[in-house]
Amino acid sequence: MTHPKNAASASESKAELQSELKTEQTKMMTGASILWECLEREGVKHVFGYPGGAILPAYDALKHSKIHHVLVRHEQGATHMADGYARASGEVGVAVATSGPGATNMVTGMATAMLDSIPIVCITGQVGSKLIGTDAFQETDITGVTLPVTKHNYLVTHAGEIARTIREAFYVARSGRPGPVLVDITKDAQQSTCEFDWEAAKPQLPGYRPDLSPAPAEYERALELIHNSKRPVILAGHGIIISGAMREVRDFAERAGIPVALTLLGLGAFPASHPLNLGMMGMHGEAWVNHTIQEADLLLALGMRFDDRVTGTLKTYAPNARKIHIEIDPAEINKNVKVDVPLVGDLREVLLELMPHVESIDRSEWLDSIDKLKGDSAVRDIQNLPDSGHLYAAHVINDLWRQTRDGNTIVVTDVGQHQMWEAQYYKHEHPRTLITSGGLGTMGFALPAAIGAKVACPEAEVWVVVGDGGFQMTMCELATLVQENLNIHIAIINNGFLGMVRQWQEFFYDRNYAATPLLNPDFAKLAEAYGIRSMTVSERAEVVPAVEAARRHDGPMLINFKVEQEDTVYPMVAAGAALHDMIRRPSPIVETAEDE
Amino acid sequence: MLNTFMVYVENKPGVLTRVASLFRRRAFNIDSLTVGRTEKPEVSRMTITVDADRDQARRIEANLYKLVNVLLVENITNQPAIVRDLAMIRVAARHETRSHVLELANVFRARVVDVAPESLTLEITGGEDKIDGLLELLRPYGVLEMVRTGIVAMRRGSKSAANNAGAETAGADSDDSSAARDDVSYSV
Repeated sequence: MTHPKNAASASESKAELQSELKTEQTKMMTGASILWECLEREGVKHVFGYPGGAILPAYDALKHSKIHHVLVRHEQGATHMADGYARASGEVGVAVATSGPGATNMVTGMATAMLDSIPIVCITGQVGSKLIGTDAFQETDITGVTLPVTKHNYLVTHAGEIARTIREAFYVARSGRPGPVLVDITKDAQQSTCEFDWEAAKPQLPGYRPDLSPAPAEYERALELIHNSKRPVILAGHGIIISGAMREVRDFAERAGIPVALTLLGLGAFPASHPLNLGMMGMHGEAWVNHTIQEADLLLALGMRFDDRVTGTLKTYAPNARKIHIEIDPAEINKNVKVDVPLVGDLREVLLELMPHVESIDRSEWLDSIDKLKGDSAVRDIQNLPDSGHLYAAHVINDLWRQTRDGNTIVVTDVGQHQMWEAQYYKHEHPRTLITSGGLGTMGFALPAAIGAKVACPEAEVWVVVGDGGFQMTMCELATLVQENLNIHIAIINNGFLGMVRQWQEFFYDRNYAATPLLNPDFAKLAEAYGIRSMTVSERAEVVPAVEAARRHDGPMLINFKVEQEDTVYPMVAAGAALHDMIRRPSPIVETAEDE
Repeated sequence: MLNTFMVYVENKPGVLTRVASLFRRRAFNIDSLTVGRTEKPEVSRMTITVDADRDQARRIEANLYKLVNVLLVENITNQPAIVRDLAMIRVAARHETRSHVLELANVFRARVVDVAPESLTLEITGGEDKIDGLLELLRPYGVLEMVRTGIVAMRRGSKSAANNAGAETAGADSDDSSAARDDVSYSV
């Protein structure tokens, strides 16, 4: 420290030094340059976007940035790519678009990310601040439009607000329960210049509390329920992957001897091959998993939200079970299912707190009884039915899994029957190896999300598993795939129907197949138009050679799997039915197939 | 049951829309919502009344906290509080009924704020029951026009909620009735 008598001169020179430092730290920059600079500082390496009038100043400044811009073919694709990027890497994905239609095209992608808690930041241009409210060309109130489908959103009208807003947007998107954040920046805010000072632009979020933790008394109540339980089940959800609590969940399940049922988005959070893994629960979950939940005396919900697709009707859901809910979002507590002990906090931290007090308990009796619940499930499995000569989607998925199981493979699905078959037949050992739109069920998600995943994880082998319907919703992104030179394999599960809708029509609408048969293009010619190799497979024996040919091929490959047209996903819990009340696949071996 | 929430929010554009949108989105019906400035320029305060059971009320509170601009939420339904609503009522008052109307206004401590040949305009402040009571009695004379502000509320006692703004956690139980009991205060 400076001696007191020199203090005056010292403080003078200090002030000089500070002002020098200040000129270095704070330089005059345009809002557009500040935007890219802030994205770089937030660790962004890739953005997915589409230019237009109101975002042009930002695009003009892009040439000075190290960030790689992926030009998409539709802004919805940009959001799904950012989403796939985030799901594959755990980092925040970024999508960029212009005002008006560019921004509204992003709404589906934001809603998808919102319902699945995916951290993405969407940046849109907005008309000049003087024009706001005048119905100017390509003006849309996108912050108003996206209010219910974003975790938070911003309208920025001054260059000086950009740095803080971007920092806040990334912080909000990735912390607590993650979600999409929209930053709408007026054209004049991008064009005008101001001082840029990263340090001074710290987030100011006095009302935002992402880090809650439970009270000690609640831990004690939870432990008591766990130790007194005879028939407990863990319901493992997406929160495990978001929290990075895979190891902790495994330790906990092993020590307490509790079997694990998974939600769709939880697949990969607990190894499929683990002896305590039961499989997927819910509407198209395994029959024994749903029966296990219905017979349980304790449900431990870990980072899941009791979605209607996993509970069936709430009136008869797990009627004898006490419930412990470990969840980061307090608004999820008692939303659908009333719980006995809520533990609100980060799942990993809560489990680490709980673990030292968990007693090792032998529950072999309960585990044995679950084995009995499997009953005739195996003989109803299409894999075990006599070969009819038809190619079923389950065969394709199962063979794909066998061929790629040892690799570093990410499967990205679309929405519908193929998605459920993927969930049933592809056995995921690791987190972030299944990327799928769960909550919103967004058709058209797969191809762009796979592009995002491949950009995030270039060494991974990425497979798109997509229906012929959903593929046609966003197939324009094939051009993005080729332009970015991405080695992605596309397996179209082609049944010539909007299969899941057809299935509902079969069961609940008297087989009135209204608007579900599809007239499809020649997918081989389509692939050829983009310079993508393709194959067509319609025999079961051709599946493995086709998958291997794709894996050997240095470049993208599209395989058109022509599968049985009117196959059905079993088991099925009808919407609003009880979880144990399942429609099962008829089996020639099981005599009374329709007895339930 | 009618729940009353005091909600402290950042005084920023669009925050009212965010709060209103939340109630619409989660299908909770707002009975009354008022918003205004507070002793701190950067903070606005809302008083929201909603018909909700206990569990719904807790979820409303949790959902409000999910809004980034919300600083503090307090459910004061079961706490000692001062609750006020303001109404302006234009009531028909011809020569023969004028004195009756004035008498009622007097009993309810309502003020006459405008006088016209065929009508009187009354201003009344108080709890909702009091205003409803006056309205009931004025109806036979002919209520020509009425406007109400919706309620504003404040907890009794010297402890101010604003001191806690930003400090409390969403998970914490906001039942501070013991503190409220310690601060003796009287109804005036």
